[in-house]
Amino acid sequence: MRRLRIERTPAPLWVRPLIPVLAALITFTLTAVLIVLAKANPLEAYFYFLIAPLSSRVSAIEVLVKSTPLLLTGAAVTFAFSAGYWNIGAEGQLYAGAIAAAWMGTLLEGFPQPLGVLLMLLSGFIAGVLWALPPALLKVKLAVDEVVTTLLLNSVILFIVSYLLNGPWRDPVSGWPQSPEIAASAMLPKLLPRARLHLGFVIGVLVIGVLWFVLSRTTFGLKMRATGLGMQAARFAGVKVDRTLLLSALISGGIAGLAGVSEVAGIHFHLIDAISPGYGYTGIIIAMLGGLNPLGVGVAALFIGLLSTGGQSVSRALGVPAYLGDVVQAVLLLVTLGAFILQNYRIRWLKASEAG
Amino acid sequence: MAVIEMRNITKRFGSVVANNCINFSLERGEIHALLGENGAGKTTLMRILYGLYHADQGEILVDDRPVHIASPREAIALGIGMVSQHFTLVPPLSVAENVVLGYIKGLRFDPTAAHRQVAEAASRYSIEIDPTMLVRHLSVGERQRVEILKALYRNARVLILDEPTSVLTPQEANALFESLERLRKAGLSVIFISHKLNEVMAICDRITVLRQGRVIGTAAKDSITPAELARMMVSQSSQETLRREQSPRGEVCLALKGVSALDKKGLPALKNINLEVRSGEILGIAGVSGNGQTELAEVLFGTLKPSSGQIILDGKDLQGADPDQFLNAGIGRIPEDRHQAILGELTVAENMVLERLDEFTQHGLLDYQQVRAYSERLIAEYQIKALPTDRMRTLSGGNIQKVILARVLSRQPRVIVASQPTRGLDVGATEYVRSKLLEQRERGVAVLLISEDLDEVLALSDRIAVMYEGQIVGTLRTEEATLEQLGMMMAGSWKPSEEDAG
Repeated sequence: MRRLRIERTPAPLWVRPLIPVLAALITFTLTAVLIVLAKANPLEAYFYFLIAPLSSRVSAIEVLVKSTPLLLTGAAVTFAFSAGYWNIGAEGQLYAGAIAAAWMGTLLEGFPQPLGVLLMLLSGFIAGVLWALPPALLKVKLAVDEVVTTLLLNSVILFIVSYLLNGPWRDPVSGWPQSPEIAASAMLPKLLPRARLHLGFVIGVLVIGVLWFVLSRTTFGLKMRATGLGMQAARFAGVKVDRTLLLSALISGGIAGLAGVSEVAGIHFHLIDAISPGYGYTGIIIAMLGGLNPLGVGVAALFIGLLSTGGQSVSRALGVPAYLGDVVQAVLLLVTLGAFILQNYRIRWLKASEAG
Repeated sequence: MAVIEMRNITKRFGSVVANNCINFSLERGEIHALLGENGAGKTTLMRILYGLYHADQGEILVDDRPVHIASPREAIALGIGMVSQHFTLVPPLSVAENVVLGYIKGLRFDPTAAHRQVAEAASRYSIEIDPTMLVRHLSVGERQRVEILKALYRNARVLILDEPTSVLTPQEANALFESLERLRKAGLSVIFISHKLNEVMAICDRITVLRQGRVIGTAAKDSITPAELARMMVSQSSQETLRREQSPRGEVCLALKGVSALDKKGLPALKNINLEVRSGEILGIAGVSGNGQTELAEVLFGTLKPSSGQIILDGKDLQGADPDQFLNAGIGRIPEDRHQAILGELTVAENMVLERLDEFTQHGLLDYQQVRAYSERLIAEYQIKALPTDRMRTLSGGNIQKVILARVLSRQPRVIVASQPTRGLDVGATEYVRSKLLEQRERGVAVLLISEDLDEVLALSDRIAVMYEGQIVGTLRTEEATLEQLGMMMAGSWKPSEEDAG
């Protein structure tokens, strides 16, 4: 009789792309229980989750719109995590970029649009860098845990936004807590007629491409990966670990800042309190789901974009809570992280002689 | 009558046969040595006996009854205890608490009763230890005694000691031998794993020699000479001096002047070290492990900043320099822990260029084609069994060391600092590393060889400096050095004032 044996050796390469698929199947099986409890048919629910958003042009484009900030925050988190800098502050850095964009946007009246857009992106990037700077410096100079500092700064900037919107930037006419509308020349151009899809999506895809290029083709990318995979060995080999960490942290913050610009200048055209429903945190999920591989991160961002679009359609169509989408995302993350352990093992058929 | 009998034990790890049809028996009341080089299969065999590994084939008999030992707990129940090289003690707890840990019945713990019981056990086996002492206040030798007491408290009749003297000073080792002698008289059986001939000849009744996973032979101590044992242990019969003729010593390449440094706990690890290594010579650093060798290497790697003193390379002061400045000044570095130098998740090619990235970089881009071609060349030149794209962690220890050697030597260093360069390597890889170091000496490189293997230091070095408690207690020319003198220096019974710094 043939028998199986599980060995602790890396799984064959073709198994790796199958792991997320397997994780998705397990996730859907687990969450089916909740859907049944919400008195809906799981198969129908998954149809609205995964198929319905892609079945019409309008909602398919909406998936891309939802994915736009996620591509950027996913890339931002991946950039920092690759160097072993655990930036949990993409959310705050996004808000820093959004504040800068809302401010810069009002100054660009009468500028040519290409220049205006460039200045918007630049200001958002710099704001993200500046917001990422204090925790990065604390980490490098004093070894203060960046997980704590970046996370706490997220709350700090929410209060700053709140102050701006209820104080100096409050709309003088309506009294709403929202900043004045930005100039037309500062807006990100639309990509398609009669749809919200804007230049931010292209920037997101470009950033993913740049991320891939930096990590796998440049010397700095190798230094980043070396630092992330083993700080001691990297330092031993002469890599300036502190410099690498600092730069990775700041660039990560800058990319997250771009996500803020993208939302302000592409969707809302002014700063509001709820400009991000946690895109920075979702970026962490996306980076982990994508296994810190830029291509995987891009796919994960699109997939999460699909899930959040689908979460709305499923709640509209079947009357289940919209939070179900969040639950599916969370379960998917846990299952995927668990499933990644599988890539360290392989299953082997034992030959009759070995079966003993 | 045999207490333990192991018959035809075979154990494979992947394609490596660690134990090949091994037969081994242990009599009541004997000290039986398992002698062999690193990687000969001694520890694997004993881990099978202790239930940590399971043999692929073969059987084990205890008191002539076949047994199946699935876990250490079952081994302990059969009266088998093992003291491994790495102690498994809880430092903040007392000796007695450590000994009874895991053998406390019920929910309540009575410290006084535990102290009394452990004190009784200690006096029964005449092991000198205060049961109320906290383990973290104990020396290494005392901790080992606690480990032995722990096994005896669990009614061990068979005690396995895995290289027990590797962490001890000669005095502590002698104390250990005396307690083993007493245990033997009390009827216990001891399996003594070692690769040191003199200890084995000093205390064992019988000796089984393993080499490359096989039993080469078992002999009573009185019927065999150390030279014969050495020949059984090593396949090559020559363990003689490997150095060729004295080459004319060049000028001083590397000098340490009054270097002091603290270890990770902030305690002084190096105290006023003065050393000079000349071009074309190998200076060996001998000493029992933990006397500052690790810190000396780290100071020269640039990973530990000295608290005072100067490191001068070719007249250039490297005070406060970073690792990359040490590299660029011309120091080639081979660390004691190979994983300190390489990154397992990166490829072989990436690891090979990690120390010289600038040369493969143009406008910030790493020229991966050139990196690949370069690594293919090194792989061929150093006979490394790997592809440039293999992850480093999939390589064997010997091949990892060859990658490090290739990385270091391809830069044509002026000075090489090699710390335990052959530790854990098989015979072939060891020979290879040693020949490469000698080749560099011929080239006029100044080599600082830090090794706990005295045979290695004697075979390779032109001069030998001995470290004890963070100091250089003396420097001798190799041809003038005697084992007795080196032994005394390593044990700290040699006064620094008597030194003649050669």
